Amino acid sequence: MNPTNDSLGAESAAAWLPRTSLQALLDLLRTEGYQVIGPRIDQGAIVYAPLERAEDLPLGWSDEQAPGLYRLKKRDDQAAFGYVVGPHSWKRYLFPPQTDLMRSKHSNDGWEMSSIEPTAERYAFLGVRACELAAMDVQDRVFISPMFTDELYRRRREEALVIAVNCTSAASTCFCTSMGTGPRCRSGFDLALTELSAGFVLEIGSALGRRLVEQLTLAPLTFEHEEAATAARQQAVDQMKKSLDREHVQATLKHRLNHERWDEVAERCLSCANCTMVCPTCFCSSVDDVTNLVDEEVIRQRRWDSCFNFDFSHISGGSVRDQTRSRYRQWLTHKLTHWVDQFGTSGCVGCGRCITWCPVGIDLTEEARILCEEPVTREEGPA
Amino acid sequence: MNTETYPSTSACNPWVAHVALVTEVRPEIDSVATFRLRFRDQEIARQYRFRPGQFNMLYLPSCGESAISHSGPSDQSGEDFWHTVRFVGRVTDSIAKLQVGDQLGVRGPFGTAWPLETCRGRDVIIMSGGLGLAPLRPLIYALVAERHAFRRVVLLHGARTPDTILYRDEIASWRNQGIEVELTVDRADSAWDGNVGVVPLLLDRLAQLKPAETEVVSCGPEIMMHYSAVSALARGVPETSIWMSMERNMQCAAGLCGHCQWGPWFVCKDGPVFRYDKIRSLLKVRDL
Repeated sequence: MNPTNDSLGAESAAAWLPRTSLQALLDLLRTEGYQVIGPRIDQGAIVYAPLERAEDLPLGWSDEQAPGLYRLKKRDDQAAFGYVVGPHSWKRYLFPPQTDLMRSKHSNDGWEMSSIEPTAERYAFLGVRACELAAMDVQDRVFISPMFTDELYRRRREEALVIAVNCTSAASTCFCTSMGTGPRCRSGFDLALTELSAGFVLEIGSALGRRLVEQLTLAPLTFEHEEAATAARQQAVDQMKKSLDREHVQATLKHRLNHERWDEVAERCLSCANCTMVCPTCFCSSVDDVTNLVDEEVIRQRRWDSCFNFDFSHISGGSVRDQTRSRYRQWLTHKLTHWVDQFGTSGCVGCGRCITWCPVGIDLTEEARILCEEPVTREEGPA
Repeated sequence: MNTETYPSTSACNPWVAHVALVTEVRPEIDSVATFRLRFRDQEIARQYRFRPGQFNMLYLPSCGESAISHSGPSDQSGEDFWHTVRFVGRVTDSIAKLQVGDQLGVRGPFGTAWPLETCRGRDVIIMSGGLGLAPLRPLIYALVAERHAFRRVVLLHGARTPDTILYRDEIASWRNQGIEVELTVDRADSAWDGNVGVVPLLLDRLAQLKPAETEVVSCGPEIMMHYSAVSALARGVPETSIWMSMERNMQCAAGLCGHCQWGPWFVCKDGPVFRYDKIRSLLKVRDL
């Protein structure tokens, strides 16, 4: 391990947060007007939901993950963040699965149309992993731009307090090291924790974070704490087995639109859209009208959608992507190469959710590897 | 890339529509009509501008929304704007029932425009198929309005049958306004004495084409635009002088919903009008 690579910049400070002070942190966040969202066990998975007490955290639980497999597993300690990532990501709070956009009211003069102002939720996200910090950065680029901005996203994002947690283990589906997104949380947080058995090494990432911790009873950080935290974080790096050759795939995949592998993967892909629902960066949505019984008030409502759904690409002549082959191709090429053209970053952060939650265990790192095995030929040419 | 656009009336919040009134309904060919619309709010009506090639989202509450290109003149500040609509689905079938005085929601304008400035001082060849003439009509109006600013202007238009030629009477009048017009149909009837065959054939046969001094714009079925480009290239027109307007599913029109993605592009904001060299490789891929 390399301590210089592991440490943050000089402007950050670190302290020791005893395990018993976790509740004080939660209380402080609520006093400050935040709704705390963090990991909880629900229906056999660790999801992100409102938290009130430290005991709501998945104390002593871990998650076992493999392609098409997710199981909670008891740990032999009481770790609060001893799992990796579950089916939820923070996007469900910044870009909710269902949002009202506009209201049309019918009166004697006809229609009145007005925007529905986004509700000002003030979230504190507790337990944000490095890959998830990267995913927020990706969605910032999608939803906040000089041309058009999603106001709900912008407001919630600006208000949100981010308490990151450094991973101390990796799932078999993780590949953040090769995507350059983790497992170490380096920026984009107000506070960051590294969990040890007696408590947390706490790093401050912003002025807001500093102001908050000044209200907590912290202990000074010892050399032993620092050393143990570094070792714990290194464990996540060492456990990471999967990888994706990011730059090679970015440059190559766009030339593989007619590759025979698309037919092969279409034989297995169920076009179920699970991968897009669990992906922390997927942003596609559809808009529908919800009306009261007498048609006097109509709400324009946005819901998450997926490029795997048959009617997603529907135009008057029919669906453009009417086969699983073309829909899987759209998803993978968008995620790994065209996203870079659109937003200057890969759409993949290496969290591995799409691998875990694929019912048939399709592994995008494996598909990308096979599709990009051959170097770009002269005929394929430059982009 | 062509980014000649006006700020949308929905610039701050792209999702909000404004109420517009139907001021005239003009039936065109079978299942197609042109609707003249005007924003109910006079201030919005006065400020509204668009450029030829841009589109609006037309919204009928409790029914849905549809992306429809402008088909009327673009220089009419405070006046009506026109949309020519084919009735082919849930939303457009409901638009078909609109009468003068009825209301609907309008968001826009969105998307890129035809390269009008690039066309100045050059020959312009307009290639359209079927309803593809509608998004090109604002360009034709702009060319006619400043006819002296452009050199040769040619319209090559194709339809399935003679009775499905859109704006047929108006096309005749364009001939008198300095536009060369060649029409073709897939299937002739006994009264037809014009061309039979696909639109790109008209370009293959066009006399005195000066490839280095020409801009080619096309709108119609994707396959027709693809082969129009192939013909234009074969005649020596450079890739950077060929333009086409693409169609994809659109729900937000602002690059936020993801539906219209096509390779690296969002058709709603990077298009619908694309320069050929930007999309050449994509046109060759099926079901993209």
